[in-house]
Amino acid sequence: MVNVSIVGAGVVGLCVASELLTRNVKVNIYDKKTKAGPHACSWWAGGMLAPFCESESAEEEVCRFGQEAAAWWAKRTNVINKGSLVVASSRDGADFNRFKRLTSNHELVSGKAVASLEPDLSDRFARALFFENEAHIDPRIALRDLTNRLNQAGVKISTAEPPKDSTKHIDCRGLAARDILHDLRGVKGEMLVIRTNDVSFQRPIRLLHPRLPLYIVPRGNGVFMLGATTIESEDSENVSVRSMLELLSAAYALNPSFGEAEILEIGVDLRPAFKDNLPKIRRIDDVIYANGLYRHGYLLAPAVAKQVADLLLDDTAGDFVDENYH
Amino acid sequence: MVTFYGTELESRLMLGTSQYPSPAILERAFKASNASVATVSLRREGREGAGQPFWDIIQQLGVRVLPNTAGCHSVKEAITTAHMAREVFDTTWIKLEVIGNTDTLQPDIFGLVEAAQLLTDEGFNVFPYCTEDLVAADKLLGAGCEVLMPWGAPIGSGMGLNNEYGLRALRSRFPDVPMVIDAGIGLPSHASRAMELGFDAVLLNTAVAKAGDPVKMANAMSQAVTAGLLSSQAEPIEPRDMASPSTPVIGQAFLS
Repeated sequence: MVNVSIVGAGVVGLCVASELLTRNVKVNIYDKKTKAGPHACSWWAGGMLAPFCESESAEEEVCRFGQEAAAWWAKRTNVINKGSLVVASSRDGADFNRFKRLTSNHELVSGKAVASLEPDLSDRFARALFFENEAHIDPRIALRDLTNRLNQAGVKISTAEPPKDSTKHIDCRGLAARDILHDLRGVKGEMLVIRTNDVSFQRPIRLLHPRLPLYIVPRGNGVFMLGATTIESEDSENVSVRSMLELLSAAYALNPSFGEAEILEIGVDLRPAFKDNLPKIRRIDDVIYANGLYRHGYLLAPAVAKQVADLLLDDTAGDFVDENYH
Repeated sequence: MVTFYGTELESRLMLGTSQYPSPAILERAFKASNASVATVSLRREGREGAGQPFWDIIQQLGVRVLPNTAGCHSVKEAITTAHMAREVFDTTWIKLEVIGNTDTLQPDIFGLVEAAQLLTDEGFNVFPYCTEDLVAADKLLGAGCEVLMPWGAPIGSGMGLNNEYGLRALRSRFPDVPMVIDAGIGLPSHASRAMELGFDAVLLNTAVAKAGDPVKMANAMSQAVTAGLLSSQAEPIEPRDMASPSTPVIGQAFLS
């Protein structure tokens, strides 16, 4: 049996570990911390499994491989299969039409249908796109569930240095791996967590805007995640007033009752990305690197994990395997 | 030959660098567009060099970089951003935007003239994003600008040339000033039209970056700008009310 060391316990590292476990591979995980937390950029994610919405701006692979995600996650954590809803204010009709044109597997629904899907959006939007086959998860619960399952199977997350012996190494460190993956860059994202009992949504809502696509994901118990900016900057610490204004005014536009919501958290981190914003799996000096999931951590980690396992165990190169890298 | 602050440009297309699906597509769009200038914003990305990885990608495009002050709503912000741009890109070129209204993103002409004066005094080569207003143009030239960048329509609107009369008047009022139509272009035909009117270059971003196929649209824009430029040099015919047959009809067997 192969013995594998995974470095990095963010969403990619945990998914690779979980996938290898189903293939009867013994793994050990190494990270700065023994539990997922604010140090991992996957802690701050939205958790939307929205492959069709993403094809508005992402490469075709994101949509294709993203469709595997919901089933993979459903075996490991609670997946909410209620679709997603895309709306735009009437003055941004051009953005709505563009989104409709560039995406698939949606249904154009009337204001009446919007009201029955999401009563707290009623009378605000005359039309929406309903992506019935999309889903969402709570990223922090998903990380916890993965960790628990791994622990139960005897997998340890250790803060020790990974052994330098003959075990196979898989590097899932995200942006920290740029010491080896020099073409990795960080793309800043800012988000908020708010709470109110005045509004309730069943599913993620995207509000289109000419410059910033914003989304709000219900987490249950009146908690909502509001995200996220996408800025070509590696400033991982500072949250700007403008970003907060934009995110909060989007929530306010969806329903003014959000005006009285409490702000629970403000988050900022850097998403690791390659130039084409697609994940890459590279073999360099006997180490397999899986990285660059950009805005699609939870959507693409299952496919990346499968491809890492295929490469490791069967020497089969999936679409994200980048053999031409030098 | 038109020069922009002493620099001759091989292509009359200038392309913005924001809103592309990925830097890889941005690179391919630039290649397909044959653009000679890349504009890049710093206001939001700029804090302490945090935008460097993306700026490195821009610098590796191999075209001239024209940093801009997009997102600045005051003279002070624009000046600070210009200083940062000079440091980051080692250029005195600056596309000066001072936004006066968030809905239309139209320039604040008063702030623009003031900032242009301050920056030219410091040795910057200012490319002011302005309207087709003749008086504003005159003041900008007075402030030391040697290039003007009138809008076609509001930024990102894709409406084309909103006020052709005004743009024609501007062109004929200042025939020797290099002018770039900046903002509002949605279609290649808009870009062609701008060149047909005698403008020297076209700057666009959203029309390419947000097209379903940015690379193909970049190619289309490149050909459109070339077509418009050639047309403006080829002395097009004057439109007329009555038909003017291109082959003589007299002497044919049947006249209808």
